[in-house]
Amino acid sequence: MHSTEKSEAADSRDEWPLWEVFVRSKAGLDHKHSGSLHAPDAKLAIEMARDVYTRRQEGTSIWVVRSDQIVASDPGDKGMYFDPMEDKVYRHPTFYKLPDEVNHM
Amino acid sequence: MYTQAMDLIPKGDGKPSVPLSATEQQLLDRFEARIDDGAFVEPKDWMPDHYRRTLVRQISQHAHSEIVGMLPEGNWITRAPTLKRKAILLAKVQDEGGHGLYLYAAAETLGVSRDELIDQLHAGKAKYSSIFNYPTLSWADVGVIGWLVDGAAIMNQVPLCRCSYAPYARAMIRICREESFHQRQGYDALLVMMRDGTPRQRDMVQDAVNRWWWPSLMMFGPPDEASNHSEQSMRWGIKRISNDDLRQKFVDATVQQAKVLGVSLPDPELRWNEAREHFDFGPIDWDEFWRVVGGDGPCNRERLADRAQAWDEGAWVREAALAHAAKSTTQRKAA
Repeated sequence: MHSTEKSEAADSRDEWPLWEVFVRSKAGLDHKHSGSLHAPDAKLAIEMARDVYTRRQEGTSIWVVRSDQIVASDPGDKGMYFDPMEDKVYRHPTFYKLPDEVNHM
Repeated sequence: MYTQAMDLIPKGDGKPSVPLSATEQQLLDRFEARIDDGAFVEPKDWMPDHYRRTLVRQISQHAHSEIVGMLPEGNWITRAPTLKRKAILLAKVQDEGGHGLYLYAAAETLGVSRDELIDQLHAGKAKYSSIFNYPTLSWADVGVIGWLVDGAAIMNQVPLCRCSYAPYARAMIRICREESFHQRQGYDALLVMMRDGTPRQRDMVQDAVNRWWWPSLMMFGPPDEASNHSEQSMRWGIKRISNDDLRQKFVDATVQQAKVLGVSLPDPELRWNEAREHFDFGPIDWDEFWRVVGGDGPCNRERLADRAQAWDEGAWVREAALAHAAKSTTQRKAA
């Protein structure tokens, strides 16, 4: 699609490559995707991510990944990949009706 | 900050007049059905060319507005009256830079590069919000910008959190979270001058209000009847509320805020209309709006010159960083 072609063209035009930024905040358990930025290398990517994506989050940990390294599922395959989960309701705790006295399980 | 991009679409870039093929029509119908369903559009989804082009323009000009918007306030960082105000102003300007980044990133998902977008700005092909072409003449201007200009921006930006194009909506959610302090700090600074200040300081605030009121109303863009492209933008979930409706909301909210401050708004026709349950206000000078948007405002040339200079003078940094990165890679490979 467009974006990969463009990022290759951009590289040849000496633009800084694109990185995706993931931040775990002080209160959080997971790294969350916060956004993206252009940086020439990993060291500057981390420092810039700290500057622009942790102004309020008291981030305790930052991951940066070059955007062209991310592999994503194809939105066109959404149905094929995820619909099978739709009818497997027995995976949810609420599927099971237990007597009140033990329902706290 | 907002941009009036959707009202400034250049001639010849309207919807295509060539009829679509059967496949294209089917794709378009499916696309519009998804929009009607309230679905979001992601970068890899099919979208009409016109939708893509409109969004590149809207989002990039919004980004340009944030970056150029750093200049009028940046003017007062070295002259803020106290350390507290200086730190606050630095934080706000830093935020605006960050907002520019979120928006450029969103625009780039549509297949355009940062360099292209910057080129368009410097060449005068892309615009930014007309409000930033006015000068900041006193410290009171900084407070009034926070109160009125950020206030107007917030009013525009909240509905955009539900824009059909998801990267833009996500950027707007982040921006809105950060924007509220911008308005509050401005109002707070004005309160201090109006409540505890000298008569000269109070006059300074009133003077700033007199100069920024009408340009702030112009931030919402031309009146609905003069806004040809709004219909298409509304149809595709890019624009959710009309210019006039937003402008009316802003006036209604601001009158009470002005009263609490103790300033008057420079409009002799401003009065409550019981029948409409809204404030009536006087005519806006649309000649001034079109002049400023067209490049003939007080600071247009200065703003663009500052941006072009920053870009040109920073070229060596960008190049050196890339050279250093390439050198490190070569050294690692050789090791």
